[in-house]
Amino acid sequence: MCKACGCGDTTIVPVEIHERLLSDNDRLAEHNRAHFAEHGILAVNLMGSPGAGKTAMLEATARAMSAARGLAAITGDLETDRDARRLRDAGIRAEAITTGSACHLDARMIHHALHRGAAEGADTLFIENVGNLVCPAIYDLGQTVTVVALSVTEGEDKPLKYPPMFRSADLVLLTKIDLLPALPDYDRDALAESLAQVMPDPRLLPVSARTGDGIAEWVAFLEARRAAHVHV
Amino acid sequence: MHEYSLAQALVEHVERQARARGALSVHRVVVRIGPLAGVETELLTTAYDHVRVGTLCASAELCVGGEEVVWVCDACGEALPSGGGLCCPGCGLPGRLAGGDGLILERIEMEVAAHV
Repeated sequence: MCKACGCGDTTIVPVEIHERLLSDNDRLAEHNRAHFAEHGILAVNLMGSPGAGKTAMLEATARAMSAARGLAAITGDLETDRDARRLRDAGIRAEAITTGSACHLDARMIHHALHRGAAEGADTLFIENVGNLVCPAIYDLGQTVTVVALSVTEGEDKPLKYPPMFRSADLVLLTKIDLLPALPDYDRDALAESLAQVMPDPRLLPVSARTGDGIAEWVAFLEARRAAHVHV
Repeated sequence: MHEYSLAQALVEHVERQARARGALSVHRVVVRIGPLAGVETELLTTAYDHVRVGTLCASAELCVGGEEVVWVCDACGEALPSGGGLCCPGCGLPGRLAGGDGLILERIEMEVAAHV
């Protein structure tokens, strides 16, 4: 109601906003990013389908990296802390975030985990996102590096079907390459072509957590990114 | 189905803006979603219909506009030709996405008292 004369007349007023829908998430992501930079932590957002081999990759990473390194992890799943327990068994300090029904982690969840000390004393924090090739891609967590795990059994066309996930990736890990002998029709050139259509600067690293193939290159990638991150 | 979380973020965002300006209700919400934003417009609209109940947006129409996909080369400043690869044909360097992944709250139209 009109406060001046009590006439009850109302009017429609347009207000220009022009802000990102996820601006709240973006602000918290920047806050997380500043925290990582200040403490020299390389934060890796590791995404991929359920069963792509994300946890196995991190177990292999822990085996390959010197025990002295400060590795920490935050794992996201709808239910259970199974991944976090597996990573703890592998020597990584790990905390589980159970999202209930949420299909992705967001910057606020990471922020809260950091307040609980999830990355304290660590120089590398792996954020193992909820297994999903769609939703996690649009939520910035404040990570330093974005990595997608894609297993050979998922086929060569996934980048074309789920472009947002791959477009923003710094690296794609082609996992489970030890299974390739059982997949005679798998076409790695077709995968490279799919990636080139959605990733401006496609980087693909074939790995096997089981045999250790490619793990040294993966660790070298992390070391290089960490060095660049800390000295910038 | 991240559209549900997005719809919640949208309604919270709109309510905050509207309350700060003394709105009685919100009449229309205009958003822009690029084809590369990773958001399904129909799902967002359905989620919005659930989330807006009991809020200032309860009777606010959601209008969704699009935007064009634009890749540019940072070296030469040219836009990459559409339908080609994601590398600059002139410089051979990877392009950068300069439009098409937008997820923007553009404008709200709100109802306020006529003579404050």
